[in-house]
Amino acid sequence: MTDKGFVVLDNVAKRWKGQLGVENITLDIEEGSFVALLGPSGCGKSTTLRLIAGLEAADEGHIIIDGKDVTHAPSADRNLSMVFQSYALFPHLSVAENVVFGMKVRRVSKAERAERLARALKITGLEGLEARKPGELSGGQRQRVALARAIVAGKRLCLMDEPLSNLDAKLRASVRKDIKRLQRDLGITVIYVTHDQTEAMSMADKVVLMKSGHIQQVGSPADLYDRPANTFVAEFIGAPPMALIEAPVIGGAASSDILGLRAEHVRLAEPGAGRLTCTVAESEFLGAETLISLSHPGTTGLCVLQPGLAPVEVGTEVSVTFDDRDIHVFDSEGRRREAV
Amino acid sequence: MARSINLDKKQQTIYGWLLLLPAGVLLSLFAFYPAVATFWSSLFSRGTRRRAAEFVGTENYTALFNDPTFWVVVKNNLIYAAATVPISIGIALAMALWANSKIPARGFVRTAYFTPTVLPMIAAANLWLFFYTPDLGLLDQIGGLFGFSSVNWLGRPDTALWAVIIVTIWKEAGFFMIFYLAALQTIPEDLREAANIEGASRWTFTRRIVLPLLMPTTLFIMVNAMINSVKLIDHLFILTKGGPNDASKLILYYIWEMAFAFFDAPAAAATTVIVLVVLCTVAAVQFFMLDRRTHYQ
Repeated sequence: MTDKGFVVLDNVAKRWKGQLGVENITLDIEEGSFVALLGPSGCGKSTTLRLIAGLEAADEGHIIIDGKDVTHAPSADRNLSMVFQSYALFPHLSVAENVVFGMKVRRVSKAERAERLARALKITGLEGLEARKPGELSGGQRQRVALARAIVAGKRLCLMDEPLSNLDAKLRASVRKDIKRLQRDLGITVIYVTHDQTEAMSMADKVVLMKSGHIQQVGSPADLYDRPANTFVAEFIGAPPMALIEAPVIGGAASSDILGLRAEHVRLAEPGAGRLTCTVAESEFLGAETLISLSHPGTTGLCVLQPGLAPVEVGTEVSVTFDDRDIHVFDSEGRRREAV
Repeated sequence: MARSINLDKKQQTIYGWLLLLPAGVLLSLFAFYPAVATFWSSLFSRGTRRRAAEFVGTENYTALFNDPTFWVVVKNNLIYAAATVPISIGIALAMALWANSKIPARGFVRTAYFTPTVLPMIAAANLWLFFYTPDLGLLDQIGGLFGFSSVNWLGRPDTALWAVIIVTIWKEAGFFMIFYLAALQTIPEDLREAANIEGASRWTFTRRIVLPLLMPTTLFIMVNAMINSVKLIDHLFILTKGGPNDASKLILYYIWEMAFAFFDAPAAAATTVIVLVVLCTVAAVQFFMLDRRTHYQ
């Protein structure tokens, strides 16, 4: 455990009446980085964020922010801001009042409040909406008010709890870029909770993938994609997810091993010339390419990508091939084996 | 096409009126018509066997304004409203904020606060009659322990009205608390969390966020409390019968007395009309003045 990180979680655990919340959460987050907590719902990513925010109290372990142990400190003393999934805007206050609420509480002078407000509204593109109530704004605008409120005080750490999940798909893509740019321009540290791997992979410097209250893997998006630590990560990251094949099906490795294979590494071969003969289960046209799902006993999620519109009739027998260097090997427990 | 759209519109209109009909009939029958009839009868003299009732215009009203008892009753009722409305609302709000926080036995606390509301007013009044009874009553028993002399709470002109006021507050606060509790539950938890992260104290959060968001409820309760301060008189029958020397007489009791003890229906009708006008004005002012400053979600 290094003490150099800006935000450090050391073996943190939280349980509710004996039920597991999160356990053994150990993280080291550098200043100025963008960290995504990723995982399916109920995996403990929001709990982890709330532990950092001080909205939940940790049962075990230590939380250190900027060199200060804040494990038992109230939220207000942790010197951070937060964007809520619901945005948590005060419905009876105008946009401007919502944004300056915290500064008013902390008795920042009126002149400074006005200056910071103007800057925050400019950065988030909310100029001209100062007097509106949240109820009179669109979802995207509300989201930006929540962002403005989070950045206005100039805190160096900003927590975001699924801030895009209430936006439609198109808006989500553009706000994603805005948030990333904002984080880079302001040089703040962002810890970002999401269940959407596209968000995590495209925005984060570091992704923390969680499942059932435990961290599965911490690494750069490329790490998680190219070197999944276990079969859960392999099947969670990537669209389509990695195919898993029982070793005996193609032979070569120890019999209890599980082999992983990405769709882009699978090629169609001449009939009978491939390493595996499968049945076509489904053909999905995705625009630039066609995703052909294959079924074969002892495999899950096996598929092959073909450029353009290239549907293959369901039930057709096809032969596929792949290179050994593209195969990921996991032991019978699902853990990655480094040497093939 | 155009014809069918018109027909559709017509049908919609008829449908709308049909939906309004039941409430309209009931309100007309039991509220509007009686109000108009009351006003009408307040313009006639009291009929006797020898002299039939005749139209006297505003004579009943002049007589009323010249009656010193009327002014005593008005003053009593003003004090009664000025004390019961804000105090019961304040207590209701305090109890709701407390019963809504994370305290042990929350369900029990809520039920306990609500119990006075469940009791019929007559039963509650009898209970308080026991508290107030000189010498034997609970208040005097406790006072006696500390060496205070016996007080006839309900029998003295300077304490009778206040004794009645306390019973009303005790009865109403629990009822209003339920409205506040319901309203508090619509305030999302993450607003508190957002305020916490911003460093707002509990008091700041309550003052700047909770109270403004409760304004619609407060307005509703205020109008109701105001109307109740005129409407609720059951306990007077048990506790004081308006006495001693009209010290605790409230306007509705006064009307009841005139109508059913002295059988002066026109005078009772005239008083009722005045009460109606005053209540409507107060409600209208509250709605229009405070409505603009109230945030509705």
